[in-house]
Amino acid sequence: MAKAKRPLSPHLQVYTFSAAMAASIIHRITGSALAVGAIFLTWWLVALANGHAYFNEVQGYASHPVGRLVLFGLTFALMQHFASGIRHLFTDAGKLYELKTNRNTAVATFVFAAVMTVVIWIAAYKVMGAF
Amino acid sequence: MVEFSLPKNSVVGKGKSVKAEGAKNTKNFSVYRWNPDDGKNPHMDTFEVDLDDCGPMVLDALIKIKDEMDSTVTFRRSCREGVCGSCAMNIDGKNGLACTTAIEDVKGDIAITPLPHQEVIKDLVPDLTNFYAQYASIKPWLETQSPTPEKERLQSPADRKKLDGLYECILCACCSTSCPSYWWNGDKYLGPAALLQAYRWLIDTRDESTGDRLDDLEDPFKLFRCHTIMNCANACPKGLNPAKAIAETKKMMVSRHG
Repeated sequence: MAKAKRPLSPHLQVYTFSAAMAASIIHRITGSALAVGAIFLTWWLVALANGHAYFNEVQGYASHPVGRLVLFGLTFALMQHFASGIRHLFTDAGKLYELKTNRNTAVATFVFAAVMTVVIWIAAYKVMGAF
Repeated sequence: MVEFSLPKNSVVGKGKSVKAEGAKNTKNFSVYRWNPDDGKNPHMDTFEVDLDDCGPMVLDALIKIKDEMDSTVTFRRSCREGVCGSCAMNIDGKNGLACTTAIEDVKGDIAITPLPHQEVIKDLVPDLTNFYAQYASIKPWLETQSPTPEKERLQSPADRKKLDGLYECILCACCSTSCPSYWWNGDKYLGPAALLQAYRWLIDTRDESTGDRLDDLEDPFKLFRCHTIMNCANACPKGLNPAKAIAETKKMMVSRHG
């Protein structure tokens, strides 16, 4: 008798997410986001070189609440990717493999990113004189 | 290839529910079932187990279920003391040995599925052919060129110590099948278990094929698909750290290029 095609056992559907797992996948996501962010940055620089009128227009997009939200997200992405990148530097050197340390440093990348993002934005608003 | 969802024939449905009549202290075990002979999709059967009349480990519950509730429940087991590695499965979202996982350590109902992202032969029994082939591919034996000595090949206690944390591996496949990288590229990436063993032979001072062994691993997929997600070390029922062994192998790879 012909056997039925064997099923694939559940994987992502059942596996419990851990901090290190999250750090790994979010490192990739923030890396991809930053690649898109680099295009925005290039656009902004091109606008800068293009004269007053066009620069003001692009600056207008960036100041729009949606633009601000994107920039806020990109700030977080940059900080998370930066922290996670440093963590990778250590793992590449054979460090941080002890389970607890590994977990704690994974959590630390998110804490660092969140704190730094808020600090940068407060500083930015302060410089602009918003408060 | 990365494929987040399960193929159509693998989507898990709801199955039957078996109650423990008259029992006071119970726990629900939801067990993955797939029968190769009935042409149906896999499903989860729920068994209510009387904990007052059951051993302390998850394996005890499975044996009780098979013995008293449904004799068709299929799983591998042998030593029941964490030495053979047969009863490796996904218990409550984490890979481990059913025989060394205490029932009381899992809160709420216990869902049991086969080792993740493997072809299922029946119920909790996955096909590990690829896993064993990958283990064989790293040549897990002593390779020498020098003439065979009259007695054994000697090793200092310090050199022997380097094998601690490596030789204890029981090849249960908990680590490899917990690894997302292995899920997506299991055909080309060797996975944590085989790589831990590869490292075990790389740092064995009696082995004389270190260069060849590193050559074999120098490949975009075999070794370098490890992204330190750490599921392997978190899953290992023997407390070993394949991720660390892989990192050390990568370091050996770099340092030999000078």
